Amino acid sequence: MSDITSAPGAPTPKSSTELVAASLKRRHRKEARLKWIGIGAIGVAFLMLAILVGSLVSSGWQAFTQTHVTLEVFVDPEEIPQERLPRGGFDDALGASLGRMLPEADMSQRSVRKSVERILSNGAQFKLRDMVVADPALIGKTISMRVPVSDPYDQLNKNLIDRNTPEQNRRVKDNEIAFFDALKAQGAISKPLNWALFTNADSRFPELAGLKGALAGSFWALLTCFLISFPLGIGAAIYLEEFAPKNKLSDFIEVNINNLAAVPSVVFGLLALAVFIGWFGLPRSAPFVGGLTLALMTMPTIIIATRAALKSVPPSIREAALGLGASKQQVVFQHVLPLAMPGVLTGTIIGLAQALGETAPLLLIGMNAFITSAPSSPFDSATALPTQIFIWADSPERGFVSRTSAAILILLGFLVAMNAVAIYLRQKFEKKW
Amino acid sequence: MYDIARTESALEQTDIKISARNVQVFYGDTHAIKDVDVDIEDKTVTAFIGPSGCGKSTFLRCLNRMNDTIDICRVQGDILLDGEDIYDPKVDPVQLRAKVGMVFQKPNPFPKSIYDNIAYGPRIHGLARSKAELDEIVEKSLRRGAIWEEVKDRLDAPGTGLSGGQQQRLCIARAIATEPEVLLMDEPCSALDPIATAQVEELIDELRQSYSVVIVTHSMQQAARVSQKTAFFHLGDLVEFGETGHIFTNPEDPRTESYITGRIG
Amino acid sequence: MSDQHIATAFDRDLEAIQARIMKMGGLVEAAIMDSAASLEARDEELAEKVTVGDAAIDALEDLINEETARLIALRAPTAVDLRVVLTVMKISGNLERIGDYAKNIAKRTGVLAQMPPVPGATASLRRMAREVERMLKDTLDAYIQRDADLARDVVERDLEVDQMYNALFREFLTFMMEDPRSITACMHLHFIAKNIERMGDHATGIAEQVVYLVTGDRPEDRRVKADDTSTSLLEG
Repeated sequence: MSDITSAPGAPTPKSSTELVAASLKRRHRKEARLKWIGIGAIGVAFLMLAILVGSLVSSGWQAFTQTHVTLEVFVDPEEIPQERLPRGGFDDALGASLGRMLPEADMSQRSVRKSVERILSNGAQFKLRDMVVADPALIGKTISMRVPVSDPYDQLNKNLIDRNTPEQNRRVKDNEIAFFDALKAQGAISKPLNWALFTNADSRFPELAGLKGALAGSFWALLTCFLISFPLGIGAAIYLEEFAPKNKLSDFIEVNINNLAAVPSVVFGLLALAVFIGWFGLPRSAPFVGGLTLALMTMPTIIIATRAALKSVPPSIREAALGLGASKQQVVFQHVLPLAMPGVLTGTIIGLAQALGETAPLLLIGMNAFITSAPSSPFDSATALPTQIFIWADSPERGFVSRTSAAILILLGFLVAMNAVAIYLRQKFEKKW
Repeated sequence: MYDIARTESALEQTDIKISARNVQVFYGDTHAIKDVDVDIEDKTVTAFIGPSGCGKSTFLRCLNRMNDTIDICRVQGDILLDGEDIYDPKVDPVQLRAKVGMVFQKPNPFPKSIYDNIAYGPRIHGLARSKAELDEIVEKSLRRGAIWEEVKDRLDAPGTGLSGGQQQRLCIARAIATEPEVLLMDEPCSALDPIATAQVEELIDELRQSYSVVIVTHSMQQAARVSQKTAFFHLGDLVEFGETGHIFTNPEDPRTESYITGRIG
Repeated sequence: MSDQHIATAFDRDLEAIQARIMKMGGLVEAAIMDSAASLEARDEELAEKVTVGDAAIDALEDLINEETARLIALRAPTAVDLRVVLTVMKISGNLERIGDYAKNIAKRTGVLAQMPPVPGATASLRRMAREVERMLKDTLDAYIQRDADLARDVVERDLEVDQMYNALFREFLTFMMEDPRSITACMHLHFIAKNIERMGDHATGIAEQVVYLVTGDRPEDRRVKADDTSTSLLEG
């Protein structure tokens, strides 16, 4: 509106349309700037992610294959007499059989024989032993076996050992390389998929090391965690949200639960060590104890997610049910909880995915021990995926480097899968509502 | 609505279904309802009208003790249903709400099938002894709710898939499935378009023959069309209560006249 | 578009007040015929019946007024429904006035029965009354059938009634000039003729309401008044 009393000679005041138009350019520039900052932030995040995954894949993909050698093994009755089973000179029988494939190798020389024997993995002799024990009729026969080679030769086959470094700095000597190349020329070397990564337990030897123990340990720990934290968490959330009187005490409890969710995980490990293992005397390194600790950590997450889900159920549904004469309990369990389920499940799965990757508390309760067999019950000693990674990361052998990266990729795979399930469930249930 | 044909026949004698005396309601320190006396007659539609915040919804919710769910709400006075005080400690509100049904402003069917929506009340109160009986109750309620023809072929479809007017009729059918004696309706048409509103009002006119209906409405015209008795609330007081035709042609209290003619906000 | 309202009670209410109008119309038609018949036959008993019967017509008008007020307050009718209600109120007013005129005729019949008859007058009056009664019947039919053309036709027939009245006016003047003893009777007969002419006007009024109901328009041309008695001078 023009002001009639404005001073003469002053510029005519602008209408609101003109003022808006003037500021429009500035606003558009601001919005564009903001948009590009956002895109830039996402770009940086993706770049980081790409670098992480890229480096893991580049160092870990080799671990998914393992070099094997196929050889005809003569089960020498002199080395492996039936009476001495399960003991016997299996490694000698294997070495002799391999030596027959290498005519250049002078097996009479001890050092040469040892070199040839070292081509095979240490576990080959146990594989032969298990076959003979199962079927003693094999003694005296020639059988065909495919066994993994030891780690240095695995690295050699994967071109991870530089042939040009001086011999004294290399793990494999020149003549050993020659033997290996000879075997390769015969076509005895193969590089199938490394199923042992999943079917074997941990081992000193990288070529035999697998995640079976860790996977079993993680499974038992997560199962325990779920069975304890899910009902307790939901029950606590329902009580706090629906039934507890709103007074200072419930406020106090709510503040504490929120704080618990922020407590560093290592503290839970110390708690578990002192209380579960010290007071209650539960076994060390057991997935059950790990599960209990993880449950303590996951419960606040589940409680908070469940409360948010319960709060988001519109009051009109509660009123409708109350108006029909449903009791408070019926309203909560027959109407509110089913509708809150998508949120509850999402929160639970995210909580469990977090628990899967927790390392510090499990380390403190001893799930980082070196255990060469998978646990058969939740109370046996075991490792978990993250702690197994931790152990392997410490080992200097080249083979473990790639296996560590491979294990990390497997762990990431599980996490992505669990989060994908959470998203799928949320989508599916949201449609019904 | 006043059925003019009734002037030729003698007006039937109606019983008092709900009798309220000296009712006060407090929200914390706020005195929301001040000393209300009113009689709700059986087989009659009673309308509560008044400006926003005058307490009509609050008073309605006292009649089935829905105000119990609000912690800071206190109710004093006597409210008698068929002569018995509903605020007596021996009375279970859950049982009361099977006798006094309620329909809300925004249609709120459960996210279940149409069948399960209707069957929920009878199920939790144990009104059906067999599936066949339950089927019968569901069909009867849907017929009474004037929605049977539209949904009889898709009882398994979700209740939330119906249109607004159909959803509200579904909620009405759900409320009458427990065979209540009184039906409370809190602005049942405010979320509906004019055609759906007219259909619900016609349904209310039919329901009047079996139930006692109390309807809160912010539309005076709706109260004029639908009710036989009208109560005008203002700032927590019950200003006037009388026969609808009389209130809309010649009200006693000047405040009522001001509100009806649109002379006050 | 359906003819029924979603609220069936609204339909019932509208039908009820229209039924009352028809009942009132029937009573008024009978009153016209009875009063004319009693005049011609010099039948004091019939005249008494008409006089007493007017109370029922007045009561019906009160009832209709009350009910239409209620209908407007409670239903807030619009468009055609509003026109129905408004025309009902006006038509009932018109009918009540026609009824009053019939009563007036009946009263004067009682007086006229005591006096010697005036020759030729009652025949004309009977014709006039018959015409007005037909007009009323036709206009009520037009109302029920919502027939605007029939209603317009009724409006035009009022011209004839007015002319009949003009003729009777001159006739009575002539009688009174010729025979001063007949002045009293002729005055009464004149008032009766005037009443019948006014009945015709009210019937026309009803017909105009019917046109308004059906078309929503008020009649464009003002009614042609052929009654020139107020402006004519008679030499004598």
